[in-house]
Amino acid sequence: MKQTVNRSRVNLEVQLAGLTLQNPVMPASGTFGFGEEYAPLFDLNRLGAIVVKTITLQPLIGNPPPRLMETPCGVLNSIGLQNPGLEVFIREKLPYLRRFSPPLIVNIAGRTIDEYAELAERLSAAGGVAALEVNISCPNVKEGGIVFGTVPDMAARVTAAVKSQTHLPVIVKLTPNVTDITAIARAVEEAGADALSLINTVRGMAIDIKTRRPALANIVGGLSGPAIKPVALYAVWQVAQAVKIPLIGMGGIMTSRDAVEFLLAGATAVAVGTAGLVNPTAIIEIIAGLEDYLVEQGLNDIRELIGAVQI
Amino acid sequence: MLIQNMEAEVLAARQMGREVFLLKLQAPAVTAAAQPGQFVHIRCSETMDPLLRRPLSIHDVGDKGEIVLLYQVKGRGTAWLAGREAGDKIDILGPIGRGFTLPAGKRVALVAGGLGIVPLLFLARRALEAGNEVDFFYGAQDKERLYQLETLKAMKINLFVATDDGSAGFHGQVTRLWEHYLEERTYHRGYACGPRAELAEFARLAAKYSMAAEVSLEEKMACGLGACRGCATALLDARGKIYYENVCTGGPVFNAADVYWGDQVK
Repeated sequence: MKQTVNRSRVNLEVQLAGLTLQNPVMPASGTFGFGEEYAPLFDLNRLGAIVVKTITLQPLIGNPPPRLMETPCGVLNSIGLQNPGLEVFIREKLPYLRRFSPPLIVNIAGRTIDEYAELAERLSAAGGVAALEVNISCPNVKEGGIVFGTVPDMAARVTAAVKSQTHLPVIVKLTPNVTDITAIARAVEEAGADALSLINTVRGMAIDIKTRRPALANIVGGLSGPAIKPVALYAVWQVAQAVKIPLIGMGGIMTSRDAVEFLLAGATAVAVGTAGLVNPTAIIEIIAGLEDYLVEQGLNDIRELIGAVQI
Repeated sequence: MLIQNMEAEVLAARQMGREVFLLKLQAPAVTAAAQPGQFVHIRCSETMDPLLRRPLSIHDVGDKGEIVLLYQVKGRGTAWLAGREAGDKIDILGPIGRGFTLPAGKRVALVAGGLGIVPLLFLARRALEAGNEVDFFYGAQDKERLYQLETLKAMKINLFVATDDGSAGFHGQVTRLWEHYLEERTYHRGYACGPRAELAEFARLAAKYSMAAEVSLEEKMACGLGACRGCATALLDARGKIYYENVCTGGPVFNAADVYWGDQVK
């Protein structure tokens, strides 16, 4: 029988790799810029965590346009990790981000294992960073990124190198573009990862039949949006069986109902990406919707949903 | 920047030509803040397909909080938009972007190609309000594709028309028509919107006559907030090196001299 639950007593707080999140919803790296872009539209303090765009050691100008192509219920992108580089991030973006109370998660990518290690060391010393998300899964740059995310041993070496240079929790972001994502997840867990983010975008392509040229200048891009949700959900469920560390589930979450599915599949928290590109306040609506769902279900605590899918 | 997300009521929707539609929305918050060259980002679906918003430059504003949009149906999003009727509500985000820079009391040239008329009509209105002398060059494929001629004729601008087929005004490209006047007239600033090749020619002429010039650019766009970096366009830095800037918040109006006009960026 369902209990009657008082809305004010519903708990949305979760613990993730030593971080306390006031709710389990955060933006997905790459879709949220450096936070300031969304600040005119809602209070960033309402988020479970703030996750910023990938930072590399040196600035990257990104890929040539066109970088975007809409596909059925999805979008292909090939941004190419455009970012101002570590120094500018620390000097110009971090002071702004420190004003907010949710934990700040900084996503990093390197061309070499040493670069990942250096990024980890310098960001750990910068102050105001709560955790690192290690991007070993970007499909859109030639060097680094995905090279490290598709081979278990390489993924483990990057993870270990980052861990050796930081006291912060290390979250490793996995690509779905592999034969067995659980093999990568286990290797990364053994190397010391504190949590996993999954999934990054799914590699894809579109062709303009008038010009007979690829729709993206980079030819290949990463597919995101509702089109990939079943792929992401299955990956989360599979990995949840394979590892003990907590998961941040992402991939096509548009509504609170989608978020609930990811929690049931075994995610401790979720990230919202493409939805925010369509509806800038989607993430706030998802947080409110999770609370509504708990009340509807007569549950007091969101943690009761985590991994609660009944097989 | 004062970007707002709102439900705007459709006040009027009408077809202006083959595949070209005009939409008038009640959006006082946008009207109050809008600068010529800025755009609104419109949800063009009730479902997740098509997914992304569509950016449309502000064509005109009314004095009772109305914004006017003029657009061509190019795909499923704009086709959905063309199906809206008076009384419907539309989810819009705006006003967004860097608009045109206007002087006061100077002579300016506006060069519109095809639907490049869209932001330039609003610009002409504000240019006149600032006491500028406005030479307005307007080109299209043929006379059927010259939109809003009556509105333009009612404004105190000097209107020059060109068509590719000679069915109205000068027979040839609007930039060639403009070039005839460049010999005899000095402009404080030039502004253009239209097909990429025409903008490149506009930029070449502006440089040749040492004129400050601005262009409004287009790219496929996602967030419209400067967050995703999807709508990047290639610009040149002071050393002539390519870099990428967001069309949404870095533009859509750029200095013509900063734009990388080579069509093949590798």
